[in-house]
Amino acid sequence: MLQQSRPAGEFKAGMRAIFPLIVAVLPIGLVFGAVSATKGLSPLETTLMSALVFAGGSQFVAMDIWTHPASWIGAGFAALLVNVRHLLMSASIGTKMQSFSGTKRYIAMLFLADEIWAMAEFRAGTLRLTPAWYAGIVTPFYLAWVGSSLAGALLGAFLGDPAVIGLDFAFPAVFIVLVMGFWKGPETGAVLAASGIAAVAVHQFVPGVWHIAAGALAGLATAFWKGRAREQTA
Amino acid sequence: MTLDLNTLLAILSMAAATIFTRVGGLVLIRYVKIDERRRTAIEAIPPAVLMAVIAPTAFATGWAEALACAATAIVSRRLPMLASVVVGVATVALLRAAGL
Repeated sequence: MLQQSRPAGEFKAGMRAIFPLIVAVLPIGLVFGAVSATKGLSPLETTLMSALVFAGGSQFVAMDIWTHPASWIGAGFAALLVNVRHLLMSASIGTKMQSFSGTKRYIAMLFLADEIWAMAEFRAGTLRLTPAWYAGIVTPFYLAWVGSSLAGALLGAFLGDPAVIGLDFAFPAVFIVLVMGFWKGPETGAVLAASGIAAVAVHQFVPGVWHIAAGALAGLATAFWKGRAREQTA
Repeated sequence: MTLDLNTLLAILSMAAATIFTRVGGLVLIRYVKIDERRRTAIEAIPPAVLMAVIAPTAFATGWAEALACAATAIVSRRLPMLASVVVGVATVALLRAAGL
């Protein structure tokens, strides 16, 4: 067990854990780079965006609403809306970072992408979350995202549609595996049902990414309500 | 390699918004006391957010995606993550090729 807790071993364990998500993120980064090239961004600008923003969803939305000259208000506000879910994620994972010093917590949060957060929550469910393990999942994932964005920007139109070989499904598949891992009984079922119904309903009528906020809030409300009902019967 | 000033400003503004959301939750839990009920609610966040992300794909995109989601969920109880993802991707590719 001593072996497991050594930083180098933890770092390598993190790199092994993130591997399926690296495979999944490469085609998405290539597509992002190719899309940004069609919007008139230079490879340098594309790489800079992936390196500084490091949040795929908001980067795709930014490309969707991109104007010439670029609007810092529009792009910034869209990023705020798309990434507001990170508030919930950082509040949740922040309670599981006992092994992190104050500064390390804040540095770790700067790299909190959906996939990083999901893997860290999954790890914290069974083992102690360490800074070395976290660095092990962040480093290759960050490099893969920035590198594949640059490659996509350079290759541009030569890339085909990833939907043909089903690669666009890699992310939903990873998230399904993670959801199954969070199952703790009927109460999880109630949270998942509330979130799923709210998300699909909002997705049908409201464009954009509001369905994620709706599902998260519906699940949160269900858990809160269930907790109160249990307190009252106890 | 060109770098337009307006583009740079837009990128920096996106980065600032994203840093705010990433660090915000950490600042929040420093000032809000976490009791038992709030802890139960916070523990519901991961599955609720993940479910909301995949729900439109699973339930409102098409039969190929819905069936591939079901297949992934079933095999994930027995197989490791990478194998489950491969099963999901292969299922969706086959069903799309079959015209579903």
